[in-house]
Amino acid sequence: MTIHVDIVSAEAEIYSGEAEMVFAPALMGEVGIAPGHTPMLTRLKPGEVRLKLSDGSEEAFYVSGGMLEVQPRMVTVLSDTAVRAHDIDEAAALEAKQRAEQMLSDRSAEIDYAKALAEYAEAAAQLQAIQRLRQRSGRG
Amino acid sequence: MAAGKEIRTKIKSVQSTQKITRAMEMVAASKMRKAQERMRTARPYADKIRKVVAHLAHAHSEYHHPYMIAREPRRVGMIVVSTDRGLCGGLNANMFRTTLLQTKEWDAKGIGLEVCTIGAKAAGFFARVGGAIAAQASHLGDAPRLESLIGTVKVMLDGYNEERIDQLYLVYNRFVNSMTQQPRIETLLPLQADPAAELKHHWDYLYEPEAKEVLDHLLQRYVESLVYQGVVENIACEQAARMVAMKSASDNAGKLIDELRLVYNKARQASITQELAEIVGGAAAV
Repeated sequence: MTIHVDIVSAEAEIYSGEAEMVFAPALMGEVGIAPGHTPMLTRLKPGEVRLKLSDGSEEAFYVSGGMLEVQPRMVTVLSDTAVRAHDIDEAAALEAKQRAEQMLSDRSAEIDYAKALAEYAEAAAQLQAIQRLRQRSGRG
Repeated sequence: MAAGKEIRTKIKSVQSTQKITRAMEMVAASKMRKAQERMRTARPYADKIRKVVAHLAHAHSEYHHPYMIAREPRRVGMIVVSTDRGLCGGLNANMFRTTLLQTKEWDAKGIGLEVCTIGAKAAGFFARVGGAIAAQASHLGDAPRLESLIGTVKVMLDGYNEERIDQLYLVYNRFVNSMTQQPRIETLLPLQADPAAELKHHWDYLYEPEAKEVLDHLLQRYVESLVYQGVVENIACEQAARMVAMKSASDNAGKLIDELRLVYNKARQASITQELAEIVGGAAAV
């Protein structure tokens, strides 16, 4: 009796194959899953996911947290790509908001720049007109 | 031969432009292959998490997560994925046109809008048209990490949790093949589970530690992975569009050079004929 195991992270597939037993670092303590386990959904702590393969050997993968889904005939490990914590996420969100605000305030700087450019063009045109007038009067 | 020299410098400048566009074309082609590879490696996670969420929709849970309950939209959120750089044909312009059509429709119904932009072009566009930008991320590079998207996605999810927005959409370019890219608007929230025929009987997961916490965690990752997939796909689109745009630019430069060379040769021949005529005329006069 074996159970199908998929270990994936958002950026790559890590493992896909059959195993006799799966050990995973669930949030409430390490769990061992044999074929025919009742459906379960739990969070994982950073730690090692170990697979006991049918030839008796063992394989281990490090996960930095994530999710574990168990169905009677398959196990899915959704690994995070980095250690995640509530306050780290919070900080990232704050940063994204600040970037948006900063960009919007930079936009006003851009408007000033456009205004300055328009003023400059006007002044240059005036200067040109004056020079032309001078030339004409010089000739005349 | 004053005109000849002018034409020669013009040909030189077009040639150097052609060199640049050709180099850009080749760089884009190799980057596109890598981006496609990245798209492929990101797919298993998205597939798996989609499957888990589909299972979840069929589980007869006592707890219903807010992400799974549809609300009457008064204000919607949109995550717009664009490129950081230009020179990629009409890729961004097409997407913004699709976006504007959709926002106008919402406007007509009196539905408010909040956007979160990924990529410098989208940020510039929404700053110009005056959209409410809640969060922004740009310059993620060719190989974006999921971590750099967490913040922007969380701002929108928080908006949904606080009922500031009632629906969440993702706008990006879908990579059909290297010649075709399609602007897409996808619904992220509320979740739409596709009805799978399996697992129809009455069952539920064993949640550890608690249904709410586990689902919060899972659904946040689900949305993140969809956004990540969109970003990766958009990068492949960008490179493909740039490759095509640069190819046509190089072809056009080639045509221009041919035309200029023709004009140059004509001018050269005309001047030689004139010189000859002058010499013959001079000799006859002596």
